[in-house]
Amino acid sequence: MRIETSVRAVASPAAPPLSRPKGLWALLVIVVAMAALPLIASTYTLTLMVPFFGFAIALLGFNLLFGYTGLLSFGHAMFLGVGAYATAVLTSKLGVRSFELVLLTAIAVSALIALPVGYLCVRYTRIFFGMLTLAFGMLFHSILFKFYGLTGGDQGMRVVRPLLFGMDSAGGKTAFLTGPFYYYALGLLAVLGFVMWRIVRSPFGLHLQAIRENAQKASYLGVQVSRTRLAAFVISAIYGAVGGAILAVSIGLADPEMVYWTQSGNLVFMAVLGGSGSFVGPVIGGLAFVLLHDSVMAATQYWRFVMGAILVLLVIFFPRGIAGIAGDVVARFRKGS
Amino acid sequence: MAALLAAHGVSKSYGAFQALRDVSLSISDGEFISIVGPNGAGKSTLVHVLTGLLKPTAGHVHFHGANIAGIGPVELARRGMARGFQLVNIFPALTVRETLAVAAASRLKRIANPFRSLTRDREVRADVEEVADIFNLRHRLDQPASALSQGEKKLLDVASAFALKPQLILIDEPTSGVSTGDKHSIMELLVTAARKAGVRGIIQVEHDMDLVARYSDRIIALQGGAVLANEPPATFFRDPALIAAVVGTRPPSVPHKSAAEARPC
Repeated sequence: MRIETSVRAVASPAAPPLSRPKGLWALLVIVVAMAALPLIASTYTLTLMVPFFGFAIALLGFNLLFGYTGLLSFGHAMFLGVGAYATAVLTSKLGVRSFELVLLTAIAVSALIALPVGYLCVRYTRIFFGMLTLAFGMLFHSILFKFYGLTGGDQGMRVVRPLLFGMDSAGGKTAFLTGPFYYYALGLLAVLGFVMWRIVRSPFGLHLQAIRENAQKASYLGVQVSRTRLAAFVISAIYGAVGGAILAVSIGLADPEMVYWTQSGNLVFMAVLGGSGSFVGPVIGGLAFVLLHDSVMAATQYWRFVMGAILVLLVIFFPRGIAGIAGDVVARFRKGS
Repeated sequence: MAALLAAHGVSKSYGAFQALRDVSLSISDGEFISIVGPNGAGKSTLVHVLTGLLKPTAGHVHFHGANIAGIGPVELARRGMARGFQLVNIFPALTVRETLAVAAASRLKRIANPFRSLTRDREVRADVEEVADIFNLRHRLDQPASALSQGEKKLLDVASAFALKPQLILIDEPTSGVSTGDKHSIMELLVTAARKAGVRGIIQVEHDMDLVARYSDRIIALQGGAVLANEPPATFFRDPALIAAVVGTRPPSVPHKSAAEARPC
């Protein structure tokens, strides 16, 4: 015998959202500020911002895995390399200069590589996941380093200036990077940032967070843990490859150093610096890292020591990163007013 | 009446150790069954086998007539069986709303499109609010689970299983870790919730004989991996030797409810 439910399901349009959209607003502020930057900043500063856009896109993907799914990859620079080498091969070897085609190829190749790599990695968590991704990253680095004829070995591969929307631009490399490519990369950051925002706020994004919090419980609530983790891994790889393509164009070269484990470490540093617990934190971390790296390198030859010390202090005193500090300041200000 | 869940001749061995021996049981539409037994009796193994997490060494388990041996938790949820755990099992950083939405989104198959808006999904929201109302958690919807009291965390744990809208729910000690004063209120809420949500059967593993006596339609006692008794409470608690074998104590002072009163659905 079955007694019918007496509770009527009534959707309330006034109900609060599942999470507040402040992350999107913060990203919008950064994008608008960056769009206005060419009006006031030096050319040198603008050339620093293009790699930042590449890192920011890669970090949005990295944080889908780290901040949202709880999987810390120590080999994610591999996907920066996939994007960079796809750009180099297409532009300098195959004569394909359309950056849109380059991006589509980078996306396809990164997804193809991420599927088997992710399939093997996402069955493990914590340090085991980290070590496996590190191993795959080093394997990829070795391939790039040793297959000289194919990849240029330690010399890397030159990246020819791509066409944007089929158009070439006049002027030198700096004019290209601080002009059309600056806005192109910024546009990509804005679009991919919005797409990522939709992803993390979707039921899929919620399932990722449930997996991060308690994978066993999530599975009993019908969450396909491995499959969902793999999807996050592939999306994350795609973002890494797009970021890598932008980095390759800004440097003019795809070289194995981009894939080395220290570069994966830099991605972790940037995410922690900005705060992996918030949507926009890693983007802020990417900006802070690029500026910090530049100024510390200019100030001292012991820049690695200084960067290391900063990371130590950050983890001990500000584990929620710059975004966490900013959040606390805003909360205190609101409380006070 | 056809059984919702039926185990036939189930045995489970780990090497030379036999955790379950030829266990047969069934739960019919509308029943509330308690599984009792001393530590090491095989209760946890039986629960794992009944929920398809472990494959039995011999015998089979059917849910709605289909063999569910080793199907795993995701498929189990899809087929309409939910499971609650002994220890509080929540997502600490997620809000109550998000926790319930995890189950609702699974049930409504909202995962295929990673760009779908969760906040605008009226069906998910309706499911979440319905379950929150049943478990008196509406005022806590936007609180993180970690900020709830211990009793509320336990409620949320069970409520999230209800958000799957299961036909059968299997709960391991639903009141463990909860103060004595809250135990009966949680059980009352559980039975009421089952009735409201259309749950067709409940299986609980429970040590508290007062709760077992009050809420069960049938009690299955295990000892040494075998079924020692499969009786309604009225018969079960008339046998002091049986009770002593299961818990080593006298019968509970609380009188049991009649089967009709205790039925969840």
